[in-house]
Formats: sequence, structure tokens, C-alpha cells
Amino acid sequence: MKAAHYWHCFVGIQTREWLRFWQQRTRFASALVRPLLWLVVFAAGFRAVLGISIIPPYDTYITYETYIAPGLCGMIILFNSMQGALSMVYDRELGSMRVLLMSPLPRPFLLVTKLLAMGVVSIGQVYVFLLLALLVDVEPPLWGYLAVLPALILTSLMLGALGLLIATWIKQLENFAGVMNFVIFPMFFMSSALYPLWRMNEASPWLYWICQFNPFTHAVEAIRFSLYLEWNPMAFGITAGVTAMLALLATAGFRPQRTRVLGSKPA
Amino acid sequence: MTIEASNLSFRYGDRPVLREVSFALTSGRFHALLGPNGAGKSTLFGLLTRLLALQQGELRLAGQSLKHQPAEAMRQIGVVFQQNALDLDLTVRQNLQYHAALHGLSRKEGRARGDRELERFNLLERANDAVRQLNGGHRRRVEIARALLHEPSLLLLDEPTVGLDVASRKALNEHVRTLCEEDGLTVLWATHLIEEVREEDRVLILHQGQLLADGNGQAICDAEGTRDLAETFHALTGAG
Repeated sequence: MKAAHYWHCFVGIQTREWLRFWQQRTRFASALVRPLLWLVVFAAGFRAVLGISIIPPYDTYITYETYIAPGLCGMIILFNSMQGALSMVYDRELGSMRVLLMSPLPRPFLLVTKLLAMGVVSIGQVYVFLLLALLVDVEPPLWGYLAVLPALILTSLMLGALGLLIATWIKQLENFAGVMNFVIFPMFFMSSALYPLWRMNEASPWLYWICQFNPFTHAVEAIRFSLYLEWNPMAFGITAGVTAMLALLATAGFRPQRTRVLGSKPA
Repeated sequence: MTIEASNLSFRYGDRPVLREVSFALTSGRFHALLGPNGAGKSTLFGLLTRLLALQQGELRLAGQSLKHQPAEAMRQIGVVFQQNALDLDLTVRQNLQYHAALHGLSRKEGRARGDRELERFNLLERANDAVRQLNGGHRRRVEIARALLHEPSLLLLDEPTVGLDVASRKALNEHVRTLCEEDGLTVLWATHLIEEVREEDRVLILHQGQLLADGNGQAICDAEGTRDLAETFHALTGAG
């Protein structure tokens, strides 16, 4: 197989994802309602309760909306990735997965490309969300929108790979409600998405350490720092490292027979 | 190009689904894999398409182990699955182009080959229709056209007529037989419907994971002392 074959395959998978996105654009638009509710309603309510001191990467006092916007970008990717991974092996995407796995190109390449393609669509949603966030005065520097892109790509690949790993290996979590309760909510709430970790440390040191061990925390911090044009090597390094590890585990450990790719009841 | 299976066994947990199955397909021929529901046909297809990992036994494609030459095997095999594997909201052409890209073909090449197949299948005028607008028989034809896009030498069809009415089933079966004759394709057609099988076909009868008969349909009937394949199938499996 030559590089051109890989390239055509990569482009083909991306194109299909965008075509599907375009077909289902109303569904994707409605997926923006959740983070917007958090930003507009939850943040307005919490602003009065929670004082934010000056913490990096911000160089002044910021509103709570500004604080949680990067976390909500992470949330968009988190929900999409989990939903996408489940649909790959249990649901809407089963047909396309069968076709995907009939490709002569190596499976890890196909799966990572598929996860990246789904991630790109999530990232599109993140940008629409960030544009709407301008309405509540979340105004990162202009170059921040570009600088945040690598962190968004890493986050989407990391969470997509995690979703695929879970969907393949944890039978009990084959429906979205299970994943929401046992993966999405714990990852989201036990992270720096909604509150700075120094405040968590004051409230409960052991919870603080759980948050520190949660890779989603570092993904959110990588998004936060790069959006404000600050370099955070630790957040970026941990996110990249965990992404590489999860992508390897999810693709090398992918077993179609543990999913419904072959059919609902093979016999 | 042909495929050889030797001593294939497969189990889901404690439940054996295939037991010591061995056969070799004849190049350029129509093979019917006949078996009642639950015989192990889909599991066998899972192994042939690498969706299931081999547990015991070996599969060889043109003498090369499938396990060690997965890319070459996937280039030579075209598959039509039992369940629909088309994107219903995308157009026929978009579906074909996705498959072409997965086989490393450029957009231009994918479109050219897709249109060529659609023309051959009398579906070119439907190229820009969403698959959702097509009837069941046409959708199946699109899936076959797609499976042939990368010019494989072996076409595997896992109960491709499920959900079709009698006329469409017959037409689809005829269609694949024509492809087999005209293109020299090796075809493996899995079914539980005896009317889709002819006595001149090479017939493999699978029941409870075991291959009970393998040979020319007429020869199997002679060996079993039965009048026709329906009687043979009933005698061997209790079905039909």
C-alpha cells in the first residue's frame, strides 16, 4: 500500500463524516443547546456564588462564563466522542463500520482516522459554540481560536479512543445512559471544567487528587491555556501522552466480535 | 483466485458454532452455502471477512494464509453483508465513493468505477438519489455493485435476499449468477432458502456447525439417494 492509498482513504472517511454531518445538521445544532444552557443559565446563577481570583492563564479578574467556556468546549467533545464511539459499535454507524473494516488498510489506521473524522465534526461544533459565547462576553484573543486547535484535536482523539475502548470492552455500558452516568458525568464534574482546582483542594483534598488524575482535567487546561495563548507543557504533555496510550489500546484491542459490527446475534 | 478452509472451529464461550469445517472453493464458480438459521453461516462469513479472529484451523487465499496476508485478502474479497451496510441518507454515488476511498482509490477513479458498475447494474440514473429512496432490491444491487468496485475475484454474500419479495429474490440471484459467468467471479452465496440453489451449483450444506455435504448439487442428491436438493436438505438437516 502506498502513501496515496492512505491519503485517499483518509480523505474519504473525512468526507463521509462531513456529508453525514450536513445531512443531520439539525441534530448537531440541537447538541449545542446543552453547553449553551450551562454557559448562559448555570454560569449566570453561579457567578454570584463563586468568586474567581486571578489565576493563570488569565491576567485579570474574569467572569464565571469566561472560566467555564473552555470546560464546556471539552464537554461538547466529551458527549460527542462517547456518543460517536457507541454508535460505531452498537448503533447507527454499524453499517459504515462493516464497510470500513473491509478496507485492506491496517485497522489501527482506519479506526484512528474514523475517530479523527468524528472529532473534526465535534471541533466544528466547538467553534460555533465559541462564536455564540462572544454574546456573553467570552472574548479570547483572536489568535487563540487558532492556537486552541491542536488541543481540541488531541482531546477529541483521546475521548474518542476512550469511548471506543469502553464500548468494546465494557458490556454493561453499551447504552448511552450508562456511559453518561458512569463516564461522562464523573469525568466532567471531577475536573477543572466547572471550578478551579485550588478551590477543590480547599473543599476536599482527596477530590482534588482525583481531579488531578482525571485526564479530562488536563485536556480542559490544555484548551484553556492555548485559547488564551499561554503554553502549559504539563497539561499538553499529559493530554498527548494519554491520547497516544488510549489510541493504541483502543485500536490494538479492538475486537469486532465484542461488538455488534458482525450482526446482532452471530450464529 | 480461490479460498481454502481447513479444520475451522469456532466457539462463542462454551457454545461451539463451527466444528472442523474444511472446504476449498473452485475458482470462477457459484457456490451455495446452504444451512438453516443458526447453522454457523454468519460465523463462517465473520471468519472469511476477518471480523472474527480465527480460533482454530486455517484459511488460505490463493495458498497464502489469510492471517498473514490480511491486506491482500481484503483486496481480493468483496462482501455483501446480511444487514444493510449503506448510508441511507447519502446518495448512491456517495456510498460507492466512500467504499472506493477505503480501498485507496482516488476520488476520480472511485467515481469512474462507481459509474461503470452502476451502468452495468442499470442503476446509473439513480446515482444521485439518496439510498433511502431505493427499494430493497435496488439497495441490494447497490451493495453488490459496491462490493465489486475494487475488482475482487471472490464475492461473498451472506443471505443477501433477506427481506426481499420473491420476485426481487429471484432477480438478485440471477444477477449474481450472470456476474459469476461473465466475470469469472468466484461466488459464495449463503442462504437458508433451497429455491436459491440449483443442482448444477457447487453446494455446501452446513448444519449445527458441521459441513454435512460438499459437492455438485446433483452428485450430493445421488449420494444421498434423494430426488432433489430440497429432499436432501430435509434429510440432512430436518429443515426445508
